[in-house]
Amino acid sequence: MNATQVRGLTEEFLQRVHAIPNGEKIGQCLQCGTCSASCPSSDVMKYPPRTILAALRAGMLDQVFESRTIWLCASCYLCTVRCPAGIPFTEVMYELKRLGIQKGFLGKKSSGVAMAETFVDGVHKRGRSSDAELICRYVLRTHPTKIFSFIPLGWKLIRKGRISLRPHRIAGIDGLRKMLAAMEKGGAL
Amino acid sequence: MNATIQPVYSYFPGCSLGATNRAYDISTRNVARVLGLEMVELEDWNCCGATPYMAIDSRRSALLSARNLGISEKNGRDIVTVCSSCYLVFQKANHQFHDDPSLRADIRKALQTGGMDYHGNVRVWHLLELIVNDLGKEAIERHVVRPLDGLKVACYYGCQLIRPYGEVDDPEFPVLLNRLMEWIGATPIDFGMEAKCCGGILMTTQPEIGLDLSGKLLKQARKAGADCICTICPLCQMNLEAYQEKITSRIGGDCKIPVLYFTQVLGKALGLGSNELALRDALTPVEAVLAGKGQGGGHD
Repeated sequence: MNATQVRGLTEEFLQRVHAIPNGEKIGQCLQCGTCSASCPSSDVMKYPPRTILAALRAGMLDQVFESRTIWLCASCYLCTVRCPAGIPFTEVMYELKRLGIQKGFLGKKSSGVAMAETFVDGVHKRGRSSDAELICRYVLRTHPTKIFSFIPLGWKLIRKGRISLRPHRIAGIDGLRKMLAAMEKGGAL
Repeated sequence: MNATIQPVYSYFPGCSLGATNRAYDISTRNVARVLGLEMVELEDWNCCGATPYMAIDSRRSALLSARNLGISEKNGRDIVTVCSSCYLVFQKANHQFHDDPSLRADIRKALQTGGMDYHGNVRVWHLLELIVNDLGKEAIERHVVRPLDGLKVACYYGCQLIRPYGEVDDPEFPVLLNRLMEWIGATPIDFGMEAKCCGGILMTTQPEIGLDLSGKLLKQARKAGADCICTICPLCQMNLEAYQEKITSRIGGDCKIPVLYFTQVLGKALGLGSNELALRDALTPVEAVLAGKGQGGGHD
Protein backbone atom coordinates (compact mmCIF):
# COMPACT_ATOMS: atom_id res chain seq x y z
CA MET A 1 0.00 0.00 0.00
CA ASN A 2 1.25 3.51 -0.72
CA ALA A 3 1.13 6.31 1.86
CA THR A 4 -2.10 7.79 0.47
CA GLN A 5 -3.87 4.44 0.58
CA VAL A 6 -2.74 3.85 4.16
CA ARG A 7 -3.97 7.30 5.12
CA GLY A 8 -7.36 6.50 3.62
CA LEU A 9 -7.49 3.18 5.43
CA THR A 10 -6.50 4.83 8.72
CA GLU A 11 -9.18 7.47 8.34
CA GLU A 12 -11.87 4.91 7.60
CA PHE A 13 -10.75 2.82 10.57
CA LEU A 14 -10.74 5.78 12.96
CA GLN A 15 -14.13 6.89 11.77
CA ARG A 16 -15.53 3.47 12.57
CA VAL A 17 -13.76 3.26 15.93
CA HIS A 18 -15.24 6.64 16.87
CA ALA A 19 -18.70 5.18 16.28
CA ILE A 20 -18.07 2.60 19.05
CA PRO A 21 -19.08 3.70 22.57
CA ASN A 22 -15.95 5.34 24.10
CA GLY A 23 -14.12 4.68 20.83
CA GLU A 24 -12.91 8.29 20.69
CA LYS A 25 -10.65 7.50 23.65
CA ILE A 26 -8.32 5.76 21.22
CA GLY A 27 -6.68 9.18 20.83
CA GLN A 28 -5.77 9.23 24.51
CA CYS A 29 -3.51 6.15 24.44
CA LEU A 30 -0.46 6.84 26.63
CA GLN A 31 1.51 3.89 25.24
CA CYS A 32 1.82 2.54 28.80
CA GLY A 33 1.62 -1.07 27.64
CA THR A 34 -0.90 -2.28 30.23
CA CYS A 35 -2.91 -3.82 27.39
CA SER A 36 0.00 -5.80 25.99
CA ALA A 37 1.06 -6.95 29.44
CA SER A 38 -2.48 -8.15 30.14
CA CYS A 39 -3.12 -9.87 26.82
CA PRO A 40 -2.93 -13.69 27.00
CA SER A 41 -1.86 -13.86 23.35
CA SER A 42 0.57 -10.95 23.16
CA ASP A 43 3.69 -13.13 23.24
CA VAL A 44 2.70 -14.67 19.91
CA MET A 45 1.41 -11.46 18.34
CA LYS A 46 3.56 -9.60 15.84
CA TYR A 47 1.72 -6.43 16.85
CA PRO A 48 0.56 -6.68 20.49
CA PRO A 49 -2.19 -4.21 21.51
CA ARG A 50 0.08 -1.30 22.44
CA THR A 51 2.05 -1.73 19.24
CA ILE A 52 -1.14 -1.69 17.16
CA LEU A 53 -1.85 1.84 18.37
CA ALA A 54 1.79 2.83 17.81
CA ALA A 55 1.54 1.44 14.26
CA LEU A 56 -1.69 3.33 13.72
CA ARG A 57 0.03 6.60 14.65
CA ALA A 58 3.08 5.76 12.57
CA GLY A 59 0.97 5.25 9.44
CA MET A 60 1.59 1.49 9.37
CA LEU A 61 -1.93 0.22 9.90
CA ASP A 62 -1.82 -1.83 6.69
CA GLN A 63 0.92 -3.99 8.19
CA VAL A 64 -1.26 -4.72 11.19
CA PHE A 65 -4.05 -5.84 8.87
CA GLU A 66 -1.66 -8.05 6.95
CA SER A 67 -0.47 -9.92 10.06
CA ARG A 68 -2.52 -12.61 11.79
CA THR A 69 -2.32 -10.58 15.03
CA ILE A 70 -5.92 -9.39 14.92
CA TRP A 71 -7.19 -12.95 14.93
CA LEU A 72 -5.14 -13.96 17.95
CA CYS A 73 -7.39 -11.91 20.22
CA ALA A 74 -9.42 -14.34 22.34
CA SER A 75 -11.89 -11.64 23.33
CA CYS A 76 -11.08 -11.93 27.06
CA TYR A 77 -11.54 -8.16 27.64
CA LEU A 78 -8.67 -7.93 30.13
CA CYS A 79 -7.06 -5.06 28.16
CA THR A 80 -10.41 -3.26 28.14
CA VAL A 81 -11.01 -3.38 31.89
CA ARG A 82 -7.41 -2.40 32.68
CA CYS A 83 -6.73 0.41 30.19
CA PRO A 84 -6.06 3.58 32.24
CA ALA A 85 -7.25 5.71 29.32
CA GLY A 86 -10.54 3.81 29.14
CA ILE A 87 -10.01 2.58 25.57
CA PRO A 88 -12.35 -0.33 24.78
CA PHE A 89 -9.52 -2.17 23.08
CA THR A 90 -11.34 -5.47 22.57
CA GLU A 91 -13.91 -3.53 20.52
CA VAL A 92 -11.06 -1.92 18.59
CA MET A 93 -9.86 -5.45 17.79
CA TYR A 94 -13.35 -6.37 16.55
CA GLU A 95 -13.35 -3.32 14.30
CA LEU A 96 -9.97 -4.42 12.92
CA LYS A 97 -11.44 -7.85 12.25
CA ARG A 98 -14.49 -6.44 10.47
CA LEU A 99 -12.61 -3.94 8.37
CA GLY A 100 -9.86 -6.46 7.63
CA ILE A 101 -12.36 -8.98 6.24
CA GLN A 102 -14.18 -6.29 4.31
CA LYS A 103 -10.97 -5.12 2.65
CA GLY A 104 -9.89 -8.69 2.02
CA PHE A 105 -6.55 -8.38 3.81
CA LEU A 106 -6.16 -11.96 4.91
CA GLY A 107 -7.23 -14.80 2.65
CA LYS A 108 -10.47 -16.70 3.10
CA LYS A 109 -8.43 -19.61 4.40
CA SER A 110 -6.93 -17.66 7.26
CA SER A 111 -8.08 -19.46 10.38
CA GLY A 112 -9.86 -16.57 12.10
CA VAL A 113 -11.61 -15.39 8.95
CA ALA A 114 -12.60 -18.94 8.01
CA MET A 115 -14.00 -19.63 11.49
CA ALA A 116 -16.03 -16.43 11.58
CA GLU A 117 -17.44 -16.91 8.08
CA THR A 118 -18.21 -20.59 8.59
CA PHE A 119 -19.98 -19.77 11.85
CA VAL A 120 -22.08 -17.04 10.25
CA ASP A 121 -23.01 -19.36 7.35
CA GLY A 122 -24.32 -21.90 9.83
CA VAL A 123 -26.44 -19.31 11.65
CA HIS A 124 -27.89 -18.07 8.36
CA LYS A 125 -28.69 -21.59 7.24
CA ARG A 126 -30.52 -22.83 10.33
CA GLY A 127 -30.75 -20.02 12.85
CA ARG A 128 -28.56 -22.04 15.19
CA SER A 129 -25.00 -23.26 15.22
CA SER A 130 -24.04 -26.91 15.38
CA ASP A 131 -20.66 -27.52 17.03
CA ALA A 132 -19.90 -30.67 15.04
CA GLU A 133 -20.86 -29.22 11.69
CA LEU A 134 -18.99 -25.99 12.41
CA ILE A 135 -15.75 -27.80 13.22
CA CYS A 136 -16.04 -30.12 10.19
CA ARG A 137 -16.73 -27.32 7.74
CA TYR A 138 -14.05 -25.14 9.27
CA VAL A 139 -11.39 -27.85 9.06
CA LEU A 140 -12.36 -28.83 5.50
CA ARG A 141 -12.06 -25.20 4.49
CA THR A 142 -8.71 -24.53 6.13
CA HIS A 143 -6.68 -27.74 6.45
CA PRO A 144 -8.72 -30.63 4.92
CA THR A 145 -6.09 -33.23 5.77
CA LYS A 146 -6.25 -32.33 9.46
CA ILE A 147 -9.79 -33.70 9.65
CA PHE A 148 -8.24 -37.04 10.68
CA SER A 149 -6.64 -35.51 13.74
CA PHE A 150 -10.12 -34.73 15.07
CA ILE A 151 -11.19 -38.37 14.92
CA PRO A 152 -10.01 -39.45 18.41
CA LEU A 153 -11.88 -36.64 20.21
CA GLY A 154 -14.85 -36.86 17.82
CA TRP A 155 -15.18 -40.58 18.46
CA LYS A 156 -15.05 -40.07 22.23
CA LEU A 157 -17.82 -37.46 21.99
CA ILE A 158 -19.93 -39.63 19.67
CA ARG A 159 -19.71 -42.53 22.12
CA LYS A 160 -20.91 -40.24 24.89
CA GLY A 161 -23.77 -39.05 22.71
CA ARG A 162 -22.34 -35.54 22.69
CA ILE A 163 -22.43 -35.06 18.94
CA SER A 164 -25.71 -34.46 17.16
CA LEU A 165 -25.74 -35.57 13.55
CA ARG A 166 -29.05 -33.85 12.86
CA PRO A 167 -28.63 -30.13 13.50
CA HIS A 168 -31.75 -28.23 14.50
CA ARG A 169 -33.28 -25.61 12.22
CA ILE A 170 -35.45 -22.98 13.90
CA ALA A 171 -39.09 -22.70 12.80
CA GLY A 172 -38.74 -18.97 12.20
CA ILE A 173 -35.72 -19.21 9.91
CA ASP A 174 -37.47 -17.41 7.02
CA GLY A 175 -38.49 -14.56 9.31
CA LEU A 176 -34.98 -14.35 10.74
CA ARG A 177 -33.46 -14.15 7.26
CA LYS A 178 -35.92 -11.43 6.33
CA MET A 179 -34.94 -9.44 9.43
CA LEU A 180 -31.23 -9.85 8.71
CA ALA A 181 -31.78 -8.71 5.11
CA ALA A 182 -33.67 -5.65 6.32
CA MET A 183 -30.79 -4.57 8.56
CA GLU A 184 -28.18 -2.31 7.04
CA LYS A 185 -24.89 -4.10 7.33
CA GLY A 186 -22.45 -3.22 10.05
CA GLY A 187 -19.31 -4.83 8.72
CA ALA A 188 -18.27 -7.28 6.10
CA LEU A 189 -21.45 -9.25 5.36
CA MET B 1 -51.88 -16.47 51.09
CA ASN B 2 -48.33 -15.60 50.30
CA ALA B 3 -48.40 -12.44 48.21
CA THR B 4 -44.96 -12.97 46.68
CA ILE B 5 -45.28 -13.91 43.05
CA GLN B 6 -42.50 -16.10 41.79
CA PRO B 7 -41.16 -14.77 38.50
CA VAL B 8 -41.02 -17.04 35.48
CA TYR B 9 -37.81 -16.83 33.43
CA SER B 10 -37.05 -17.58 29.80
CA TYR B 11 -34.35 -20.20 29.74
CA PHE B 12 -31.85 -19.68 26.92
CA PRO B 13 -29.71 -22.82 26.59
CA GLY B 14 -27.65 -21.61 23.65
CA CYS B 15 -26.32 -23.74 20.81
CA SER B 16 -23.49 -25.59 22.55
CA LEU B 17 -25.88 -27.05 25.11
CA GLY B 18 -27.76 -28.88 22.34
CA ALA B 19 -25.33 -31.73 22.05
CA THR B 20 -21.72 -31.19 23.07
CA ASN B 21 -22.56 -29.79 26.48
CA ARG B 22 -25.94 -31.42 27.03
CA ALA B 23 -24.87 -32.35 30.56
CA TYR B 24 -24.89 -28.65 31.36
CA ASP B 25 -28.45 -28.39 30.01
CA ILE B 26 -29.70 -31.45 31.89
CA SER B 27 -28.09 -30.43 35.20
CA THR B 28 -29.32 -26.84 34.82
CA ARG B 29 -32.94 -27.89 34.33
CA ASN B 30 -32.81 -30.24 37.32
CA VAL B 31 -31.11 -27.74 39.61
CA ALA B 32 -33.69 -25.09 38.68
CA ARG B 33 -36.50 -27.54 39.42
CA VAL B 34 -35.14 -28.38 42.88
CA LEU B 35 -34.56 -24.72 43.71
CA GLY B 36 -38.07 -23.82 42.59
CA LEU B 37 -36.88 -21.54 39.81
CA GLU B 38 -39.44 -21.56 37.06
CA MET B 39 -37.57 -21.49 33.77
CA VAL B 40 -39.33 -22.08 30.47
CA GLU B 41 -37.17 -22.61 27.38
CA LEU B 42 -37.41 -19.57 25.12
CA GLU B 43 -39.55 -20.53 22.16
CA ASP B 44 -37.80 -20.94 18.81
CA TRP B 45 -34.70 -19.12 20.01
CA ASN B 46 -31.88 -18.39 17.56
CA CYS B 47 -28.11 -18.45 17.97
CA CYS B 48 -26.77 -15.37 19.80
CA GLY B 49 -23.97 -15.16 17.24
CA ALA B 50 -21.26 -15.51 19.88
CA THR B 51 -17.89 -13.89 19.17
CA PRO B 52 -17.52 -14.96 15.49
CA TYR B 53 -20.66 -13.20 14.29
CA MET B 54 -19.71 -9.82 15.76
CA ALA B 55 -16.28 -10.21 14.17
CA ILE B 56 -18.09 -9.91 10.85
CA ASP B 57 -21.09 -7.67 11.46
CA SER B 58 -21.77 -5.79 14.70
CA ARG B 59 -25.22 -4.49 13.74
CA ARG B 60 -26.67 -7.81 12.67
CA SER B 61 -25.08 -9.40 15.72
CA ALA B 62 -27.17 -7.05 17.88
CA LEU B 63 -30.23 -7.93 15.79
CA LEU B 64 -29.75 -11.65 16.48
CA SER B 65 -29.88 -10.93 20.21
CA ALA B 66 -32.81 -8.55 19.85
CA ARG B 67 -34.94 -11.27 18.25
CA ASN B 68 -34.42 -13.49 21.32
CA LEU B 69 -34.92 -10.59 23.73
CA GLY B 70 -38.07 -9.59 21.86
CA ILE B 71 -39.61 -13.05 22.14
CA SER B 72 -38.89 -13.05 25.86
CA GLU B 73 -40.28 -9.54 26.27
CA LYS B 74 -43.52 -10.56 24.61
CA ASN B 75 -43.86 -13.25 27.24
CA GLY B 76 -43.04 -10.75 29.98
CA ARG B 77 -40.01 -12.69 31.14
CA ASP B 78 -36.35 -12.02 31.82
CA ILE B 79 -33.78 -14.29 30.21
CA VAL B 80 -31.55 -16.75 32.06
CA THR B 81 -28.57 -18.35 30.36
CA VAL B 82 -25.73 -20.54 31.60
CA CYS B 83 -23.30 -19.65 28.81
CA SER B 84 -20.91 -16.77 29.44
CA SER B 85 -20.70 -15.97 25.74
CA CYS B 86 -24.48 -15.81 25.25
CA TYR B 87 -24.63 -13.71 28.41
CA LEU B 88 -22.12 -11.15 27.14
CA VAL B 89 -23.60 -10.98 23.65
CA PHE B 90 -27.06 -10.26 25.10
CA GLN B 91 -25.64 -7.68 27.52
CA LYS B 92 -23.78 -5.96 24.72
CA ALA B 93 -26.90 -5.89 22.53
CA ASN B 94 -28.94 -4.42 25.39
CA HIS B 95 -26.29 -1.73 25.97
CA GLN B 96 -26.17 -0.87 22.27
CA PHE B 97 -29.95 -0.85 22.09
CA HIS B 98 -30.21 1.62 24.98
CA ASP B 99 -27.25 3.83 24.07
CA ASP B 100 -27.65 4.19 20.30
CA PRO B 101 -31.06 5.54 19.24
CA SER B 102 -30.43 5.13 15.52
CA LEU B 103 -29.33 1.51 15.92
CA ARG B 104 -32.37 0.93 18.13
CA ALA B 105 -34.67 2.26 15.42
CA ASP B 106 -33.00 0.09 12.78
CA ILE B 107 -33.21 -3.02 14.93
CA ARG B 108 -36.90 -2.47 15.63
CA LYS B 109 -37.64 -1.86 11.97
CA ALA B 110 -35.81 -5.05 10.99
CA LEU B 111 -37.59 -7.08 13.68
CA GLN B 112 -40.94 -5.75 12.47
CA THR B 113 -40.34 -7.11 8.97
CA GLY B 114 -40.53 -10.54 10.61
CA GLY B 115 -43.51 -9.64 12.79
CA MET B 116 -41.51 -9.08 15.97
CA ASP B 117 -40.38 -6.16 18.11
CA TYR B 118 -38.26 -5.28 21.12
CA HIS B 119 -38.51 -2.31 23.48
CA GLY B 120 -35.44 -2.91 25.65
CA ASN B 121 -37.18 -4.21 28.76
CA VAL B 122 -35.61 -7.62 29.22
CA ARG B 123 -32.96 -8.18 31.85
CA VAL B 124 -30.39 -10.87 31.17
CA TRP B 125 -29.16 -13.12 33.96
CA HIS B 126 -26.49 -15.75 34.15
CA LEU B 127 -27.90 -18.55 36.30
CA LEU B 128 -24.96 -18.22 38.70
CA GLU B 129 -25.85 -14.59 39.34
CA LEU B 130 -29.52 -15.43 39.79
CA ILE B 131 -28.78 -18.19 42.27
CA VAL B 132 -26.21 -16.29 44.34
CA ASN B 133 -27.52 -12.73 44.24
CA ASP B 134 -31.23 -13.27 43.92
CA LEU B 135 -32.00 -16.54 45.69
CA GLY B 136 -29.19 -16.04 48.19
CA LYS B 137 -27.51 -18.00 50.92
CA GLU B 138 -30.46 -19.06 53.04
CA ALA B 139 -32.49 -20.35 50.12
CA ILE B 140 -29.56 -22.45 48.90
CA GLU B 141 -28.61 -23.79 52.32
CA ARG B 142 -32.21 -24.83 52.89
CA HIS B 143 -32.01 -27.11 49.87
CA VAL B 144 -28.63 -28.69 50.57
CA VAL B 145 -29.10 -32.33 51.57
CA ARG B 146 -25.59 -33.55 50.95
CA PRO B 147 -22.93 -30.96 51.84
CA LEU B 148 -19.78 -31.50 49.80
CA ASP B 149 -17.49 -31.42 52.81
CA GLY B 150 -13.85 -31.68 51.95
CA LEU B 151 -14.28 -31.17 48.20
CA LYS B 152 -11.58 -28.79 47.05
CA VAL B 153 -12.86 -26.80 44.10
CA ALA B 154 -10.98 -24.54 41.71
CA CYS B 155 -13.67 -21.98 40.86
CA TYR B 156 -13.15 -20.93 37.29
CA TYR B 157 -14.97 -17.85 35.97
CA GLY B 158 -13.16 -17.23 32.69
CA CYS B 159 -13.85 -13.96 30.95
CA GLN B 160 -17.16 -13.12 29.44
CA LEU B 161 -19.43 -13.19 32.48
CA ILE B 162 -17.31 -10.73 34.44
CA ARG B 163 -15.82 -8.58 31.66
CA PRO B 164 -16.01 -5.99 30.27
CA TYR B 165 -19.00 -4.52 32.09
CA GLY B 166 -18.23 -5.71 35.63
CA GLU B 167 -21.92 -5.48 36.44
CA VAL B 168 -22.18 -8.97 37.88
CA ASP B 169 -18.95 -9.37 39.77
CA ASP B 170 -15.45 -7.95 39.99
CA PRO B 171 -13.83 -8.14 36.54
CA GLU B 172 -10.60 -9.60 37.91
CA PHE B 173 -11.32 -10.95 41.38
CA PRO B 174 -14.78 -12.46 41.18
CA VAL B 175 -16.43 -14.11 44.18
CA LEU B 176 -19.91 -15.38 43.17
CA LEU B 177 -18.92 -18.97 42.50
CA ASN B 178 -16.64 -19.14 45.54
CA ARG B 179 -19.56 -18.07 47.71
CA LEU B 180 -21.88 -20.65 46.22
CA MET B 181 -19.31 -23.40 46.75
CA GLU B 182 -18.93 -22.41 50.41
CA TRP B 183 -22.69 -22.45 50.91
CA ILE B 184 -22.85 -26.06 49.74
CA GLY B 185 -19.99 -27.15 51.98
CA ALA B 186 -17.18 -27.30 49.42
CA THR B 187 -13.84 -25.56 49.83
CA PRO B 188 -12.87 -23.13 47.07
CA ILE B 189 -9.11 -23.03 46.68
CA ASP B 190 -7.08 -20.13 45.34
CA PHE B 191 -5.24 -21.12 42.20
CA GLY B 192 -4.59 -17.70 40.74
CA MET B 193 -6.27 -18.39 37.40
CA GLU B 194 -9.90 -17.81 38.37
CA ALA B 195 -10.44 -15.05 35.83
CA LYS B 196 -7.78 -15.90 33.24
CA CYS B 197 -8.63 -16.88 29.68
CA CYS B 198 -8.91 -20.55 28.60
CA GLY B 199 -8.28 -19.57 24.98
CA GLY B 200 -11.91 -19.56 23.91
CA ILE B 201 -12.29 -20.14 20.22
CA LEU B 202 -8.50 -20.01 19.74
CA MET B 203 -8.46 -23.67 20.83
CA THR B 204 -9.83 -24.37 17.36
CA THR B 205 -8.36 -21.57 15.26
CA GLN B 206 -4.93 -21.30 16.93
CA PRO B 207 -4.55 -24.59 18.84
CA GLU B 208 -1.01 -23.86 20.03
CA ILE B 209 -2.26 -20.77 21.93
CA GLY B 210 -5.37 -22.46 23.23
CA LEU B 211 -3.51 -25.52 24.48
CA ASP B 212 -0.97 -23.37 26.33
CA LEU B 213 -3.59 -21.15 27.96
CA SER B 214 -5.79 -24.03 29.08
CA GLY B 215 -2.69 -25.97 30.08
CA LYS B 216 -1.55 -23.25 32.48
CA LEU B 217 -4.95 -23.30 34.09
CA LEU B 218 -5.07 -27.07 34.52
CA LYS B 219 -1.56 -27.18 35.94
CA GLN B 220 -2.20 -24.42 38.43
CA ALA B 221 -5.43 -26.03 39.59
CA ARG B 222 -3.64 -29.34 40.19
CA LYS B 223 -0.72 -27.63 41.86
CA ALA B 224 -3.06 -25.83 44.24
CA GLY B 225 -4.51 -29.17 45.25
CA ALA B 226 -7.94 -28.94 43.64
CA ASP B 227 -10.07 -32.07 43.31
CA CYS B 228 -11.89 -30.58 40.37
CA ILE B 229 -12.38 -27.42 38.34
CA CYS B 230 -15.85 -25.89 38.39
CA THR B 231 -16.87 -23.92 35.29
CA ILE B 232 -19.73 -21.59 34.41
CA CYS B 233 -19.37 -21.64 30.60
CA PRO B 234 -19.74 -24.51 28.11
CA LEU B 235 -16.77 -23.46 25.97
CA CYS B 236 -14.46 -23.15 28.98
CA GLN B 237 -15.59 -26.58 30.14
CA MET B 238 -14.90 -28.12 26.73
CA ASN B 239 -11.49 -26.47 26.39
CA LEU B 240 -10.39 -27.54 29.85
CA GLU B 241 -11.76 -31.07 29.69
CA ALA B 242 -11.41 -32.35 26.15
CA TYR B 243 -7.76 -31.57 25.44
CA GLN B 244 -6.08 -32.78 28.63
CA GLU B 245 -4.17 -35.56 26.85
CA LYS B 246 -3.01 -33.26 24.08
CA ILE B 247 -1.97 -30.63 26.62
CA THR B 248 -0.06 -33.15 28.71
CA SER B 249 1.91 -34.35 25.71
CA ARG B 250 2.61 -30.73 24.71
CA ILE B 251 3.64 -29.16 28.01
CA GLY B 252 4.10 -32.16 30.30
CA GLY B 253 3.37 -32.27 34.01
CA ASP B 254 0.16 -32.98 35.83
CA CYS B 255 -2.82 -31.76 33.83
CA LYS B 256 -5.43 -34.41 34.50
CA ILE B 257 -8.34 -33.16 36.56
CA PRO B 258 -12.13 -33.47 36.38
CA VAL B 259 -13.87 -30.38 35.00
CA LEU B 260 -17.49 -29.93 36.04
CA TYR B 261 -20.26 -27.46 35.28
CA PHE B 262 -21.23 -25.53 38.39
CA THR B 263 -24.74 -26.95 38.09
CA GLN B 264 -23.35 -30.47 38.47
CA VAL B 265 -21.47 -29.60 41.66
CA LEU B 266 -24.42 -27.68 43.06
CA GLY B 267 -26.83 -30.42 41.97
CA LYS B 268 -24.85 -33.05 43.81
CA ALA B 269 -25.20 -31.06 47.04
CA LEU B 270 -28.92 -30.68 46.35
CA GLY B 271 -29.21 -34.47 46.32
CA LEU B 272 -29.61 -34.98 42.57
CA GLY B 273 -28.46 -38.31 41.12
CA SER B 274 -25.86 -39.10 38.48
CA ASN B 275 -28.42 -39.29 35.67
CA GLU B 276 -30.06 -36.02 36.65
CA LEU B 277 -26.65 -34.40 36.42
CA ALA B 278 -25.52 -36.39 33.36
CA LEU B 279 -22.24 -37.14 35.09
CA ARG B 280 -21.48 -39.97 32.68
CA ASP B 281 -21.09 -37.49 29.83
CA ALA B 282 -17.79 -36.37 31.30
CA LEU B 283 -14.63 -37.42 29.47
CA THR B 284 -12.63 -37.42 32.71
CA PRO B 285 -14.39 -39.51 35.38
CA VAL B 286 -16.09 -37.21 37.88
CA GLU B 287 -18.31 -39.45 39.97
CA ALA B 288 -15.60 -40.59 42.39
CA VAL B 289 -14.56 -37.01 43.08
CA LEU B 290 -18.11 -35.87 43.75
CA ALA B 291 -18.73 -38.91 45.94
CA GLY B 292 -16.10 -37.56 48.30
CA LYS B 293 -13.20 -39.63 47.07
CA GLY B 294 -11.11 -36.69 45.95
CA GLN B 295 -8.13 -37.27 43.77
CA GLY B 296 -6.02 -35.87 46.57
CA GLY B 297 -4.33 -33.18 44.56
CA GLY B 298 -1.34 -31.17 45.54
CA HIS B 299 1.32 -33.55 44.33
CA ASP B 300 2.67 -31.78 41.29
